[in-house]
Amino acid sequence: MVAGSSNWPDDGLVATDVGTAPESAVIQIDKKRRRRQIALDIRRDRYLYMLLVVPVAYYLIFKYAPMYGVTIAFKDYNLFKGVFASEWVGFEVFRQIFNMPDFMRALRNTLLLNMLGLLIGFPAPIIIAVMLSELRSPWFKRTAQTVLYLPHFISWMIIGGMVYQIFATRSGTINGMLTNWFGIEPIPFLTQNFSWVAIYIFSGIWQSMGWGAIIYLAAIAGINPELYEAATVDGCTRLQRIRHITLPGIRPTVSILLILRLGRFMDIGFEPPYVLGNVLVREYSDVISTFVYRVGIQSAQFSVATAVGLFQSVIGLILLITANQMSKRIGDQGLW
Amino acid sequence: MVGIKRSPGEYAFDVFITVSIGILAFLCLYPFLNITAIAFSSPAAVITGRVNMLPVEFQMESVRVVYQDVGMWRAFRFTVLLTATFTALTMIATICTAYPLAQKRLRGRNVLMFMVTFTMFFNGGLIPTYLLVRGIGLIDSMWALILPGLVATWNMIIMRSFFLNLPAELEESARIDGANDILILIRIILPVSTPVLAAISLFYAVGRWNGFQDAVFFINDATKYPLQLVLNQIVMRGQTDQMMTELVDEEQSAVVPETIKAATLLFVTIPIILVYPWLQKYFVKGIMLGSIKG
Repeated sequence: MVAGSSNWPDDGLVATDVGTAPESAVIQIDKKRRRRQIALDIRRDRYLYMLLVVPVAYYLIFKYAPMYGVTIAFKDYNLFKGVFASEWVGFEVFRQIFNMPDFMRALRNTLLLNMLGLLIGFPAPIIIAVMLSELRSPWFKRTAQTVLYLPHFISWMIIGGMVYQIFATRSGTINGMLTNWFGIEPIPFLTQNFSWVAIYIFSGIWQSMGWGAIIYLAAIAGINPELYEAATVDGCTRLQRIRHITLPGIRPTVSILLILRLGRFMDIGFEPPYVLGNVLVREYSDVISTFVYRVGIQSAQFSVATAVGLFQSVIGLILLITANQMSKRIGDQGLW
Repeated sequence: MVGIKRSPGEYAFDVFITVSIGILAFLCLYPFLNITAIAFSSPAAVITGRVNMLPVEFQMESVRVVYQDVGMWRAFRFTVLLTATFTALTMIATICTAYPLAQKRLRGRNVLMFMVTFTMFFNGGLIPTYLLVRGIGLIDSMWALILPGLVATWNMIIMRSFFLNLPAELEESARIDGANDILILIRIILPVSTPVLAAISLFYAVGRWNGFQDAVFFINDATKYPLQLVLNQIVMRGQTDQMMTELVDEEQSAVVPETIKAATLLFVTIPIILVYPWLQKYFVKGIMLGSIKG
């Protein structure tokens, strides 16, 4: 029987390799079998694959193509040459940005604001959730929740407008109270560094503290009620119950959310600093996101801005992986 | 716990908790009250800082000016159109991603899932994305606000988890009758998935309505600004002149940039307040669905 000129009906399972060792013949049959099976499966699920065409195209175009674009960080991007033809400069751009005072400032501000936000903003939803769970009146609890969730649904532009009205130097609400009720001179809250940072942090907390409590409330609801009953029988006060049952009960939730938060330590939203920041407090209000926007889109220094973005993404990825490992090590579950 | 007498300590604790929550709730509400009060107060009262939670020297001029402004309504209609289109397209795209990826028999499923989830942890950054959008010619186009965000991976994962948790029997009888995947999806799976569909559409819709950073990056033409950026122009950049020049003299004395700004804030905030009860209900449901790891 000569290979390839078979008189047998071709069902795709013919061994065409007339090799000397029997195993290679078997491997060839297996490969052909597997390929046949794959083809069958794809045909069976053809509609599913058709559904996936647009989403996969989307991910390739809008998520993966830009990933290739980070090569701009290693090139001296020239508008006319485009991404592919621009000259390769290696890590020169990175060396450049670490010598840029503006970038180092943006980096410092990002870390500073994130740290303050973490210290004050991370415990807030937890405390609120615990307090809400200790309320006796279901009516009051529900009403309070409705009101507390509201800021989460308001855009940062609106929040900015409200902040400006409340804290403005001229005709601002708080300064109005200070002047009319106490005879104090107006304080320029929004144009002084320290007060600006405080306003930034607290408006962020204002926006997210209520909503952030939801996940902790769900965790508290999952604690076995028998534990509470047993504690009451043993004569625990409310505070003791909170300390010994509620808090330990939500510890897994707290750790995983803390990890997620730490993993995003290099990230900072664009909208809040963009809206609340102004030229006078740029020393503290300029962060990585606004820096990239300013330098990249407004000043068209594409290589610099891309390098900063890449730096941020890579550090963020490292942080996330580290935080995830640490979580698993202390016994709680990780993200993956 | 009914019937057990509370000790003075317990009572004090309850009072403390109630008052604390009350204060926090009040703080959440206060800015809205303040803005509303200012929008309806006289210029004199506003400038001298006498307005707090209630209007002082009530007047409706500022609100009237803003609600009659053609530009505001144009931006409003555009944003409604944008949000509706965005939500419809993202929901279709998300379903088309989540449903196939929820089928365990799909070859290459794991690779695809990895490809998709990886984008949540690493991305090209703003500039490559900007250059891409510009390269495709989407700058100053509504599509720049739709296409780059067509599938939010997090939302897709929530939907996929939901599909994975549906009982297998659901599609079995249809499959025996010879229905293909698409028919099963449309006739059986989707009707049963209303909780997750409602929650995710609201996630997308509210995100689109409130979000504006992509408009800052991709839209330079002021006539194509979504509502939040128009708000930016008026409230943050103080460009209240456009609205005020259309006023007659005597009307002009009844308004002041602060009241116009407050009235504009009101204009943009009220739509959200109106749909808030539904938002709250479905968003909370969505969060619960999202906490269940598929």
